[in-house]
Amino acid sequence: MTYNVWQVIREGLRGQTGWTPVWRNPTPKPAYDVIVIGGGGHGLATAYYLAKNHGITNVAVLERGYLGGGNVGRNTTIVRANYHIDGNTEFYSHALKLWEGLEQDLNYNAMMSQRGVINLAHSDGQMDFYARRGNIIRMQGDDAELLDRAAVRRAYPYLNHQDPRFPIYGGLLQRRGGTARHDAVAWGFARGADQRGVDLIQNCEVTGFRIEQGVVKGVETSRGYIAAGKVGMAVAGRTSQVGAMAGLRLPIESHVLQAFVSEGLKPILPGVVTFGMGHFYISQSDKGGLVFGGDLDFYNSYAARGNLPMLEHVVEAGMALMPMLGKARMLRSWGGIMDMSMDGSPIIDRTPVEGLYLNGGWCYGGFKATPASGWCFAHLLATGTHSEHATKFLLNRFETGHVIDEEGTGAQPNRH
Amino acid sequence: MRLTCPLCGVRDIREFTYLGSAKLLERPAGDAGAAVFHDYVHLRDNPAGANRELWYHGMGCCAWLHVVRDTRDHTVLDVRLAQEDPA
Repeated sequence: MTYNVWQVIREGLRGQTGWTPVWRNPTPKPAYDVIVIGGGGHGLATAYYLAKNHGITNVAVLERGYLGGGNVGRNTTIVRANYHIDGNTEFYSHALKLWEGLEQDLNYNAMMSQRGVINLAHSDGQMDFYARRGNIIRMQGDDAELLDRAAVRRAYPYLNHQDPRFPIYGGLLQRRGGTARHDAVAWGFARGADQRGVDLIQNCEVTGFRIEQGVVKGVETSRGYIAAGKVGMAVAGRTSQVGAMAGLRLPIESHVLQAFVSEGLKPILPGVVTFGMGHFYISQSDKGGLVFGGDLDFYNSYAARGNLPMLEHVVEAGMALMPMLGKARMLRSWGGIMDMSMDGSPIIDRTPVEGLYLNGGWCYGGFKATPASGWCFAHLLATGTHSEHATKFLLNRFETGHVIDEEGTGAQPNRH
Repeated sequence: MRLTCPLCGVRDIREFTYLGSAKLLERPAGDAGAAVFHDYVHLRDNPAGANRELWYHGMGCCAWLHVVRDTRDHTVLDVRLAQEDPA
């Protein structure tokens, strides 16, 4: 069924009684050409592009819980392509282009809003760095605009422009960046994959791999054994555990990242703002809530909840940037489990087990990557070669020294 | 979250800095080769459960602590001085 405006009007008049389930709920078949482990944004996008770009539809997505119940539902929904290192720049550039056509492609409203992402600068040195980064982004073919102090003040009057300690010198604005509705992205990919014949199997936990002479034959699950020609893991947050079942030790630690949302307020922030003097970023949802977050809690965690000292730290940074925040009530906070890799960049690659492929290590950049991650992982699964957009996210880059360390902090996963 | 420092007693988490896995104490010999050092620097067990890790009590006694903590619910299972219990 293709959605259109007439259906919306008709269902509005009929009390929304005519909608049917968006995807099937199939029982697993004994064998598939490709199994994707993980029914989050990346896994669903992978299945969608396997079917759409490569015509491979005998595919199952295995999800331990429910579709979109992991990190794709636990992020701050920001989309941007303002990276400055080879490997990352072309990949996120491709992601942003996919985002721009995603809703038409999926025939699904993902509430993609290109409201702009601005990184604030608070010193001459930072302005110089942003000028350089902006040039790199433009050479990549994306947009970046260096704003001076007055321009930032015009666009964002509610920031603290009189702070003597962290004066706002200007900022690097990417107008094509913005936000998207995270759940709808997962649902849109799920619907698109289902319509093309992919089996989306929920409540199906992978409990082991069947590997014979170094070749993966299938997966053991809580709903029985399922054979597969190829298996792709897209389980960021739990990559180490799933990988360990196949005997892999990976350059990944799992950390908790918290996010917070305030009560609904009138529109005050036109776009996404990042504070340059602390790890703090904020945007306003379409409902009016201020959505913000900061650093990791810094210690390994699978708890999907954080501790209060980081809440205090984030709120202090927020108050320094935007003192009016103190008048807003905070409604909710939550934590997501981040696959923190050793250089802060993801992995889309083969593994030493033949037929087993890895997509993980997304750190806290997973959401904006969703369509390109699926696109490139599907390319790898279908053809056995790397997509031109993701040639450098190799598993062995740590061994060979070809790390993609955007922050320049070395093999310290909690510092990226 | 609080840690019980063997020297200072029960202290707030804010007094401590996290470094990472306690495997960092087991530094290979300088001539161990690239593969061993790759494992030492980059690869992690990353358990969902008891994790051996290093914390530094910077706002207290400045001791390095070897902590065993459950990563699923942040329960601290054991704290010792890294100096006395390197493994």
